[in-house]
Amino acid sequence: MIEQKQQEIIEEFAFFEEWMHKYEHIIELGKEMKGLSDEEKKDDLLVAGCQSKVWLKANLNENGTVHFEADSDAIITRGLVALVVSVFNHETPQEILNANIHFMNDIGLVSNLSQTRSNGLAAMVKQILLYATVFQAQQKSN
Amino acid sequence: MDNVTLQHKMKELRNQFPTLNQTVNGRPLVYLDNAATTQKPQRVIDSITEYYTKWNANIHRGAHFLANASTEKFESTRTALAEMLHANFREEIIFTQGSTDSVNMLSTILENEVEEGDEIWVTEMEHHANFVPWQVLAEKKKAVFRYIPMTPSGEWDIDYAKKELGSKAKIVAFNYVSNALGTINPVEELVAIAKNAGAYVVIDGAQAVAHFDINVQALNCDFFLFSAHKMYGPTGLGILWGRKELLEKLPPYRYGGEMIRKVSVRGTTFNDLPFKYEAGTPNIEAVIAFNESISFCKEVGRADMHAHEYFLLKTATEQLKAIDGMTIYADLENKVGVLSFNMEGIHSADIGTLLDQQGIAVRTGHHCTQPLWEKLGTTGSVRASFACYNTPEDVELFIEALKKSVNMLR
Ligand SMILES: Cc1ncc(COP(=O)(O)O)c(C=O)c1O
Repeated sequence: MIEQKQQEIIEEFAFFEEWMHKYEHIIELGKEMKGLSDEEKKDDLLVAGCQSKVWLKANLNENGTVHFEADSDAIITRGLVALVVSVFNHETPQEILNANIHFMNDIGLVSNLSQTRSNGLAAMVKQILLYATVFQAQQKSN
Repeated sequence: MDNVTLQHKMKELRNQFPTLNQTVNGRPLVYLDNAATTQKPQRVIDSITEYYTKWNANIHRGAHFLANASTEKFESTRTALAEMLHANFREEIIFTQGSTDSVNMLSTILENEVEEGDEIWVTEMEHHANFVPWQVLAEKKKAVFRYIPMTPSGEWDIDYAKKELGSKAKIVAFNYVSNALGTINPVEELVAIAKNAGAYVVIDGAQAVAHFDINVQALNCDFFLFSAHKMYGPTGLGILWGRKELLEKLPPYRYGGEMIRKVSVRGTTFNDLPFKYEAGTPNIEAVIAFNESISFCKEVGRADMHAHEYFLLKTATEQLKAIDGMTIYADLENKVGVLSFNMEGIHSADIGTLLDQQGIAVRTGHHCTQPLWEKLGTTGSVRASFACYNTPEDVELFIEALKKSVNMLR
């Protein structure tokens, strides 16, 4: 459930009182994320609107859920990207399109991150919704 | 002036800048993004308030007390600018919306001067504002777009210009000081080469005017432009100086009110300089308030400002060099207070984000100079840039915050 995953992230971040710890956690998430191989980081997977680069890849699984993989050349963005991917991953296109994404505001990332950075995340979410729309159309036509 | 006296003098200035006196993310603000825009002294802010409180009226038009008063104030900034730039005629000073607007105006009014096969020159170090308009003009006129390469040390390859820039060159446009690196360029040398070739010479002085005195006669260029907001002035105002005989000969840029002499259904005749190039209601309050910035720079003295900023630059540079994995771009002697760097294995955006958390304002990314970074084999940098009101304590806080950020990111 997308909403449940968001709640978990919000609880996790409520734990950090200092900006430093919050960012250390995001950096840690960025380091842990598997990401994409150098061959996969091609321009056609680039998400527009980021100062740092974000690549996003999506596949429709046989069971009807979507698998996202992403990466960034900046580690903080990479950590934020990991959070976004974890929220949307392995959900159906319908669930993705229905979701109300609020966790970035709730953990103070949008207000805390520079406008350019949050615009990059917004662009990534937009791209995720686009993929979901396409996959849903595919499912209907099958 | 010895360094201690200079430090003292500059520290006093800080009180004139209200924006500096605040906390950001719970920390005292350390503003090191001065190459993007400088903060404004109280007298500039007061002047804007005063304009709207007392003098607001459209200039050059109504025959009433307020219109006359605001016109007089507006025009006295033009006079101050003519004096500041050592222009021969005050009508050579044209108010635009900024450096970007000035270059766009020039690339438009010079259009008919360029013929197929002519060359338009820039340098590899230009801000996009002084690059793209010329590139587009060259495409439009089937002219050849050429550039003077930059060396890995962040300087012009002036020998290339000596060899290659000849009589085919129609326009040569270049920056006085690099916004991305802080390099002070040998403009006199390039003006001589370009003039020898018979080209129009355009100098982008956006990054120069806050640091040293400008004499357009001595520079011997044809056009000189800059933005008020990088010289302790308001945003949305640009200055374009051009040689009178050229501005008289070239066509208008925009058409509308103020720039006409007579309009009838049979045709229109245009106004004299400078009004020919100032169509529509201008940014009146910015022009009036900018007079305060001009006086501010004159009273403080650009030589002292530059000496102080240079001292901060050198102090910061030495300390940065002690950090492992540091690359400093254009670590030259002849620079303004711009410090551009990268840390091995760390994205500039990450450093910018963590510095911001600690109240330090820097710029990260390509700084609108993508060809420059392509030459240096990367996509951008962290840029700290100093102004007269920055202090050695600012440098200390910046270095401390940078070390902390790097520790978190490694
Ligand atoms: C060298 C240079 N040229 C042109 C510009 C453009 O100035 P503006 O954005 O005020 O039009 C800048 C601003 O960053 C600059 O540094």
